[in-house]
Amino acid sequence: MEGEQDLYLGELEMKPPKNAPETDSKAKEITRDGAKEGRQEVSQEELKNAYQSATEDPEKLRKMIPDTIVNMVESTDRLVPQSRRPLLKAIFDKAYPVLATVMCIAIIALLLVTVSWMPPFGSADNPTSNEVAQRYIEQGLEETGAVNIVSGMILDYRAFDTLGESNVLFIATIAVMILMRLDSKEEKEQLSAEEAAYTHENTLEPEHDAILRSVAFLLVPMLLIFGMYIILCGHLGPGGGFSGGAVIGASLILYANAYGFQKMEKLFTAKTYKAISFCALGFYALAKSYSFFTGANELESIISAGTPGRILSAGLILPLNICVGLVVACTMYSFYVLFRKGGY
Amino acid sequence: MTIFQYLLLGFLVVCAISVTFSRNLLNSIIIYMSYSLIMSILWVCLESPDLAITEAAVGAGVTSILFFVTLKRINALNGESDEEEKKEDDHD
Repeated sequence: MEGEQDLYLGELEMKPPKNAPETDSKAKEITRDGAKEGRQEVSQEELKNAYQSATEDPEKLRKMIPDTIVNMVESTDRLVPQSRRPLLKAIFDKAYPVLATVMCIAIIALLLVTVSWMPPFGSADNPTSNEVAQRYIEQGLEETGAVNIVSGMILDYRAFDTLGESNVLFIATIAVMILMRLDSKEEKEQLSAEEAAYTHENTLEPEHDAILRSVAFLLVPMLLIFGMYIILCGHLGPGGGFSGGAVIGASLILYANAYGFQKMEKLFTAKTYKAISFCALGFYALAKSYSFFTGANELESIISAGTPGRILSAGLILPLNICVGLVVACTMYSFYVLFRKGGY
Repeated sequence: MTIFQYLLLGFLVVCAISVTFSRNLLNSIIIYMSYSLIMSILWVCLESPDLAITEAAVGAGVTSILFFVTLKRINALNGESDEEEKKEDDHD
């Protein structure tokens, strides 16, 4: 390694800034996100000058470091005499990889031993195969009306868990939106101007890509219909709200990629996201409250399980699947928008 | 367990190891995508198609897209297009 030894920090090596002009151009890029462009640039320049003059003059560098840090470094210096340092460093350099390997092997061995103590896969006397699982398998179809036992489990027996999961997705997105919210009008105007510049530079809006657009033109409707099918037939076959919603969200992302955010914003904005999520989660909570209330008090529920195998059957599972699907689809697309643009 | 499943499990291990040893971040993400795809085939073999659909849509689809977007945001995509953009900037 090349570079000069720093006088006060002992073993640490400091590299002089070789690619100074490059960092300058990087600084301009950084200021796009910063508050005031002109000021930031000057301060960067000043810093560079100060750094260069300091590396030439040790006394100046000493002044730039707070006294407490210097005292700390000096006190630790006294612990090990100067003469023994290279020896210690050599021992550390040799011992570190050996110790790391030993630790790694020890942890792997520990995990493997733990796995070997686990009961055999699919054995009848496993603690997991108890009366709960047996009841789900034997009476699930009768009690929930869902042919797909998995859907019956996650949206009927354990519907409360699924409500929590949907809420987690919603809360995560909303929290990021709140963190990135801009209150004053000035900030908003400045951001939109910066965004326009950024869009121009980094091509946030895609170029006219003929292949991508024609593929998206064919694929997006099919993906949307496939996602809806997965959601609507969640109680009849494999699928359900979460997977169908993810497929729909992916198709929305593909559309936004091919045709740009401007077209997507006609259909989908932050307001739409909030409205859809609020309605879906509210309906979920109300419907499940009703079913829990009637179930706990042994009242007659107006929602019947229906004939298993029909599309309109399985009581609340179909509407709940639609709710979960809407929340998941909107959240997937919102994740993409938040990652890409940092806000709607 | 059929031979096919053992083959897929072998691919899974190879993918998992090569993700960590790949120098290029873009390659890592693509290997990670293939890991998810193999995993979704394995879920079908293990008779849980619900998980297979979710794994294919979320693991191979949305998560990888988010990784790509992140790499783009931090300018870590060292593809040809980035170099072209840089050249264009220099001309300006």
